[in-house]
Amino acid sequence: MTTERRALKIVPARHYTRWAAAVAVTVLVAQFAHGLVTNPVWEWGVFSEYVLSETIVDAVWVTLQLTSYATVLGFVLGTVLAFMRLSRSPLLQTVAWTYIWIFRSIPMIVQLVFWFNLSALYERLGVGIPFGPVFWSVDSNSLIGTMGAAIIGLTLHQAAYAAEIVRGGVVAVDHGQLEAAAALGIPRLRQIRRIVLPQAMRAILPTAGNEIIGLLKGTSVVYVMAIGELFYQVQVIYGRNGRVIPLLLVATAWYVVLTSLLSIAQYYVERYFARGANRTPPPTPIQRARRFVRTLRTAASRRDQPVIPPKRMGDSR
Amino acid sequence: MSDPAPAADGEVMVDVHGVHKSFGALEVLRGVDLRVRTGEVTVILGPSGSGKSTLLRTINHLEKVNRGWISIDGELIGYRRSGDKLHELKEKDVLRQRTHIGFVFQNFNLFPHLTVLENLVEAPVSALRRRRKEAEETARRLLERVGLADKTDVYPRQLSGGQQQRVAIARALALEPKVLLFDEPTSALDPELVGEVLDVIKDLAHTGTTMIVVTHEIGFAREVADTVVFMDGGLVVEQGPPAAVLDDPRHERTRAFLSKAL
Repeated sequence: MTTERRALKIVPARHYTRWAAAVAVTVLVAQFAHGLVTNPVWEWGVFSEYVLSETIVDAVWVTLQLTSYATVLGFVLGTVLAFMRLSRSPLLQTVAWTYIWIFRSIPMIVQLVFWFNLSALYERLGVGIPFGPVFWSVDSNSLIGTMGAAIIGLTLHQAAYAAEIVRGGVVAVDHGQLEAAAALGIPRLRQIRRIVLPQAMRAILPTAGNEIIGLLKGTSVVYVMAIGELFYQVQVIYGRNGRVIPLLLVATAWYVVLTSLLSIAQYYVERYFARGANRTPPPTPIQRARRFVRTLRTAASRRDQPVIPPKRMGDSR
Repeated sequence: MSDPAPAADGEVMVDVHGVHKSFGALEVLRGVDLRVRTGEVTVILGPSGSGKSTLLRTINHLEKVNRGWISIDGELIGYRRSGDKLHELKEKDVLRQRTHIGFVFQNFNLFPHLTVLENLVEAPVSALRRRRKEAEETARRLLERVGLADKTDVYPRQLSGGQQQRVAIARALALEPKVLLFDEPTSALDPELVGEVLDVIKDLAHTGTTMIVVTHEIGFAREVADTVVFMDGGLVVEQGPPAAVLDDPRHERTRAFLSKAL
């Protein structure tokens, strides 16, 4: 029986449609790549002239600043709002809920224009007794400036979304964890910081990554406030020289690069917070690549040697 | 209502007096009295839904009582008495009281993102303000005691259920509590892992730790308990030494339960 079975040859199934589809897709991709290289409209010369120019690099820096401020401040405020919504005080709950309701309802661009025109609403901002005399005040436009208005606008918008993301993460943590922390007498703030949030991070991070990448590209909306971020500068340049396509390509390339960097960062941050979640954490892409090279090397070095009996392979571990 | 047991009584460590607890319309505890003396092991038996887990959870104030009071070592749990009024304590004070009461959960509830050692060090450092180095020494000693000295740096999910529960017991002991409460500590374990956890609890019993254990392990109750308490329908039906309650029960309900369980 065994000898007979060994003699039988296995013929893999033939997937003709799959192969046909592969050929069709390859042709399409090749056509597109060919077009990218040969179509003169892309004007790769103009692209390379501008992509690392000082104006564009400065504009990228502004985009990064807007993104980082709005991310950090947005998530800090969002976390506070999330815990207000989860608190036992009905007042705090209602205030947080209303905030989220309002700021999710206003389109970001409308809100930004509002902040840009803050001085029309409140000409001066000051400190004093509520509903009473004012001790010190300042012209509202000179206090926050255009960049400040943009950061405030993006932050307030981001906070509403961040609040729901954080809340989603917190409610995903097993209730037994809070009970255990309470039974051990761990102080309330410490319970949140040390026990709940690190575990909530696993549910928070994928959505937060989405949000931050969305925000990075969303900063392009502040062009309405004439802030020199990436998209605004690109528009200014092509308004001057008429080279629309290559300059849009410049902006695209930068957004792709920044998004890729964020995605890589997200991978490693998620990995960090997954510690303890798996019995053996999966290898990182770099570890996997190294392992692959090592396997190739050993395979190459073994090629000339006689086949090693299985017993010795077991020993070599 | 009589006075909460004063510290002068000395002997009584846990005093549960006339405790009522309802969840909505459902009355889970209907006037429970229980006294546990220092160094004694009390085992609570009873069918599912008899209120034994709820009783245990009221003792460390994870559940608030609707009527009655509980004191540990003469200190009222969750309340402060002035005259004939009981004032609810702030969360901060309840948390402080809980550091005297070790609690072991059915589902272990170890912190999965912290290593075994960090699980043991967390509460002594943050709740009792111990120095980290001291807390780590204590933790290593306790892990040795439960037979897991080589597991300090692994994460809970890398351990078997029995090992996780032993870590949870060590974590409760790290606060040097006055009393240890076990809520069905072996119910979530595979049968072959039950023994190793019960051995650790027996070992604690022999060293004079005051304990209340809710369990279905009648053999364990017979071997270790000083007092066996049988609960049904939110009431203590009978209590006494294991020989009396387990071998010669006076109440029909106890007899019916034991005949099914044995």
